[in-house]
Amino acid sequence: MSSANSTDIATLERGLHASGGSADRAFRSTAYLAGGLVLLVLGLVTYTMVNRSTDAWSHMGLDFFTSRTWNPPEQFYGILSYVFGTVYTACIALAISVPLSLGIALFITQVAPRWLQRTMTYVIDLLAVVPSVVFGLWGVLVLSVHIKGFYKWMSSTFDGVPVLGSVFGPNPQGRSFFTAGIILAVMITPIIVSLSREVIQTTPQNEKEAALALGATRWEMIRGAVLPHSKGGLVGAVMLGLGRAMGETIAVALVIGSATGRIGLNVFAGGNSMPAVITAEWGEADALKKSALIAMAVTLFVMTILVNVIATTVVNRSMKKTRGV
Amino acid sequence: MNTNKRRFVLASLVSLSIVAVACSDDKTAETTTTPAASSTDAPVVTEAPMKLEATLDASGATFPKTYYEEAIAAFTDANSGVTINYAGGGSGKGRQDLADGIVAFAGTDGTIKDADIAGYKGGEVLYFPTVVAPITVSYNLSGVDGLQLSPTTIAKIFQRQITKWNDAAIAAENSGVTLPDTAITVVHRSDSSGTTGNFTKFLEKSVGKDKGAIWTLGTDSTVQWAADTQAGEGNAGVAQIVKSTDGAIGYVDFSDATDGGLQMAAIENAAGKFVAPSLEGASAAAAGAKIADNLTYSAIWADGDAAYPITAQTWIIAYKVQTDAAKGEALKAFLKFILTDGQTLAPTVNYAPLSADLAAKALAQLDMLQIG
Repeated sequence: MSSANSTDIATLERGLHASGGSADRAFRSTAYLAGGLVLLVLGLVTYTMVNRSTDAWSHMGLDFFTSRTWNPPEQFYGILSYVFGTVYTACIALAISVPLSLGIALFITQVAPRWLQRTMTYVIDLLAVVPSVVFGLWGVLVLSVHIKGFYKWMSSTFDGVPVLGSVFGPNPQGRSFFTAGIILAVMITPIIVSLSREVIQTTPQNEKEAALALGATRWEMIRGAVLPHSKGGLVGAVMLGLGRAMGETIAVALVIGSATGRIGLNVFAGGNSMPAVITAEWGEADALKKSALIAMAVTLFVMTILVNVIATTVVNRSMKKTRGV
Repeated sequence: MNTNKRRFVLASLVSLSIVAVACSDDKTAETTTTPAASSTDAPVVTEAPMKLEATLDASGATFPKTYYEEAIAAFTDANSGVTINYAGGGSGKGRQDLADGIVAFAGTDGTIKDADIAGYKGGEVLYFPTVVAPITVSYNLSGVDGLQLSPTTIAKIFQRQITKWNDAAIAAENSGVTLPDTAITVVHRSDSSGTTGNFTKFLEKSVGKDKGAIWTLGTDSTVQWAADTQAGEGNAGVAQIVKSTDGAIGYVDFSDATDGGLQMAAIENAAGKFVAPSLEGASAAAAGAKIADNLTYSAIWADGDAAYPITAQTWIIAYKVQTDAAKGEALKAFLKFILTDGQTLAPTVNYAPLSADLAAKALAQLDMLQIG
């Protein structure tokens, strides 16, 4: 009896192993293939872009990065002002979006009643699926026209104040760094909110209750228990938002003002960003200019990859810390 | 109301083009039978009125796109077997697409550079001029209509050397007009464009390097505008900024400027006359231009008292050897339509027809197309 029984189990085991083994193998190879394909595509894209931008690198040398002169008739292409515009608009967007997003995320997770939580989450996620060209058109037709008055008021209010006077500088334009920053802020807020919300929700309930039991107010509980726990995740969420803001193309192209060579603190001046220049100038570009635009794309590619790598590292480190590993 | 008018024009043109195609079929039948009869004694098959059947993909210049869309609609209504997709995308894209052989024809505002000719896989390329149109210098200055500007003043305004509307240079060209103390806002294109190319070419030709060097930005589809200027996406984008900004000035194609109800300046031409932008002025410029054997020409800064100096020309370019017979025939019929009855369609959408002489030359060029 017992011997028969053990044979049965052995057969069963063998059967399981046999079928499970082939399924495992199939699954493993599919997964490797899919993962490998991503790397392959990324590699090919990088190779093609670097390859097709060599003309511009060799024509311009280091001037490509250090000059703010972009002069197609003279075949002189320096991207410094566009790098500045990309970073500056992204910074403005973060300055607006980060406090707002964290506020929304904390409100949803800690303060709002349950029914409001669900509605708000839904509405904010909906914001994330609006195509960027819609934001761009709204920005150029509505926002940039009506916000001029506000810009003028800011500009005259801060006139003469050190630092702020040059940030909110003279001669405000409807299409400017700041308008682009506002549009970008609207676009990255849903990303930051939904990531932050999830990070914040991982705060252990008993830590929050412990804080409240010690007599903490709701804000003290958030500051003492929630924020330290989710700090790393929040930084990661912000960095992902930053990556998105730096790569945004059409919405920025429509509202940034498209001025060449502008580097300066005045947020109300027009400028330009790398993705916006690439999309605006590609259509009529000759061979060398195309090469310069691709070289600019490579630069942008490297910058966004760096931001994302930093974001991933920060998130991973914080996850490890919270897990106590 | 506008659409009603357009529909009426369309309908009348459709009927016209049906007649035209019927006539043209007769002619082709004639010309094909004669040599066949004389050279061989093979049975001569008289062609039945041919039904064109093809899909033509095309891309290129956005400047004549409105006109091409009207012409395509009228042509395909008469030839239901033909579908033509004109995708726009800019002259540069059109030329690249034709070079790569992914379109049947391309629209372009400029000619192919010598260095690029080798890249055209299908061999020799033929130019067919289609329409011309003025590029306006539009402005927004309430109470000041019919402003007159010389190329020198325009160059200085667009280079920010003149920054107030009551500047002495502007006042000198507009005696009797009270100019306000408004600051000038310069508006240009944010995207690279043949319109920018033509506008800067006008300044380069009139007051550029070889003419006193008042205009120093050169000529290209993008130039290095001063940082304190504004930019709009496409002609419509520039028109929108000009319309919404007191004291603004920008270059806008005639059809967008007309649609937007913008004020347009009269520009001093090569003969020293101030000419307001009009379709007649554009046609006069095209008539005054020197036309090369391959039908390339420039209507910018053309001679003639009535010539509007910033007149842009545009071509359809296609390979001389059409390997696909069905597509080749459809293309030939479409180009024939554009150069004949299609020309009358142009003014309805604010483009000027070619001069009779140029249209005749283009029609003759059409016979060089080799099909099959």
